[in-house]
Amino acid sequence: MTAATQRRERTAASTRSTQESPFVKWTLIAVAMLFAGVFLLLPLLNVFVQAFSAGWSGYWGALTDEDTFSAIKLTLIIAAISVPLNVVFGLAASWCIAKFDFRGKAMLLTFIDLPFAISPVVSGLMIVLLFGAQGYAGEWLQTHDIKIIFALPGMVIATIFVTFPFVARELIPVMQATGSDQEQAALTLGASGWQTFWHVTLPSVKTGLLYGIILCNARAMGEFGAVSVVSGHITGLTDTIPLRVEKLYHEFNPAAPFAVASLLAVLALVTLALKTFLEWREHRRLELAPPPENLPPPA
Amino acid sequence: MSIELKNVSKKFGGVSAVHEVSFSVKDGELVALLGPSGCGKTTVLRMISGLELPTGGDLFVRGVRVNDIPVQQRNIGFVFQSYALFKNMTVFKNIAFGLKIKKWKQADIAARVAELLTLLGLEGFENRYPHQLSGGQRQRVAIARALAPKPSVLLLDEPFGAVDAKIRQELREWLVHLHHDLKVTTLFVTHDQEEAMEVSNRIVIFSRGHLEQVGTPREVYEQPVNEFVARFIGVMNVLELEVRGGIARAHELEFPNHGLPDGQRLRIGFRPYAVQISTNLKTFRYQAVLRHTYFLGVLLRLELELPSGLTVRARMTKEEFAHLGLSDGQSVSMQIRQYRVLAHEGEVLRPEVATTYDTPVNLGEGI
Repeated sequence: MTAATQRRERTAASTRSTQESPFVKWTLIAVAMLFAGVFLLLPLLNVFVQAFSAGWSGYWGALTDEDTFSAIKLTLIIAAISVPLNVVFGLAASWCIAKFDFRGKAMLLTFIDLPFAISPVVSGLMIVLLFGAQGYAGEWLQTHDIKIIFALPGMVIATIFVTFPFVARELIPVMQATGSDQEQAALTLGASGWQTFWHVTLPSVKTGLLYGIILCNARAMGEFGAVSVVSGHITGLTDTIPLRVEKLYHEFNPAAPFAVASLLAVLALVTLALKTFLEWREHRRLELAPPPENLPPPA
Repeated sequence: MSIELKNVSKKFGGVSAVHEVSFSVKDGELVALLGPSGCGKTTVLRMISGLELPTGGDLFVRGVRVNDIPVQQRNIGFVFQSYALFKNMTVFKNIAFGLKIKKWKQADIAARVAELLTLLGLEGFENRYPHQLSGGQRQRVAIARALAPKPSVLLLDEPFGAVDAKIRQELREWLVHLHHDLKVTTLFVTHDQEEAMEVSNRIVIFSRGHLEQVGTPREVYEQPVNEFVARFIGVMNVLELEVRGGIARAHELEFPNHGLPDGQRLRIGFRPYAVQISTNLKTFRYQAVLRHTYFLGVLLRLELELPSGLTVRARMTKEEFAHLGLSDGQSVSMQIRQYRVLAHEGEVLRPEVATTYDTPVNLGEGI
């Protein structure tokens, strides 16, 4: 049976079993498509149209503006610090959740999801309350001349908090599915804990980890709410790309905010493309790998 | 001695999984750890490997106490039930893993892997990934990987559990040959008594964390120490007898009282092959009806029903069956040629009591 006939039969079967008329089916498809087009695709396209409304030179000028450039640099620095830290945390958390049984495991799982449940603005405020001038640690920090709020450390902390769940959430199901048999096998073969981690654990969760890193990075670069609260909005100093976009927009600049926003839009598209690629590769590796009997006999 | 356990116990929380187990495995032996699932046999295997730590007792490998030696340094080959192959590595890298960890030279690794590939019939598969192998091939890769660093003993957890019946038979024979060629001390866990009987030199039988009996397949079959072993190894008719009028009875069956006074109880068992059957109703003392016949190949199992409703299982060859001209529903006479006095599960009787007795011919009439 060819793939095409299989597909036809499957469609026929689903029509029979769900009892939907073609009219209902096409209406539903049209509604979904229209919704996606109007609310997702059109605005995205508009960002690029507006960005180039002042032509290529205007676009380029907006991006190479000194303050915008510093915002891009700051965004990259924040991502470069927070993403690796969350990778380490995500690996540690998913490892202990998947491989060990301990008291408070369910609570740890819930805490990992906390940043998803809390509004980013509240996350930012929590950090201000902790490290701000009137905060619990404020006085101590001031006497030791350590600046956290309205400076890079605070923005990094806010970003880490908000992007906390991405890597762990991706890895936990993968690690749980893999189990610990392979690691135990490595131990019986003489491998130390670290050797087991590098040669066995890490490669077996590679795809899930990359996936988590990509999502974590996208969010780290695009985060607005929490970072906005702790940044202090000092132009050229504590503005990230999203904050810069907002500022330019409020300055009634016609093309510049869209030009900078297009950077984030491109980041989103690249993230989606990478995500799709990783899924495709994993699918190809696991599902479409030829079964033993279809392989050519070994030479 | 290759492996020796002295009063080894393992508790998980408050639950005792293995209770004061002692046995030993000689150099080059192939030994089966046999028992129903959840009886602690896999825990024993994992304790020997070092993947679990005993909560009591001493473990020796080649005369060295290994309780405090970490799993990495025990140099014990372990084959997991799930095979646990490294799925991101090729067959070659899987087998070479232990050697790379032990910092063997590249050329030596290549030579050792090539040797194992030949030994296990895996030539040409070295560049495949585990998901591109059949179940039997995966298992052979797992064994090759465990054998590569020349372990002092090889442990296999349910080695034939994950493959279908036909391949399982091939793998059993193959394991016997491999063991014969390599002479490496091998201990494997199984819940299949037939598998244990067929493959191993000796069998260690467990039940609920306790060791019940250690012996050759023949010993545990012919001289089971208690009812559990008797029922677990092969088929055994087990009867609870009560002494009345100087004779131990169950329904119409009568046995000697073994010195027990009236009112006492006694447990006995007899193998299906100890039941003699004749179509002449006068030949043997008990009358019975042949209820069912099960064809097992060369052997047939017969279910006999006595007038009281008691069912007795008997066994005979295809030829005997044809010779007697038996058919279901037929009336026959029967007798029990031999029986054993059995201890209850977990108990052991004095050897002079727990032995095989010939049924006296004149019992019941003579006394």
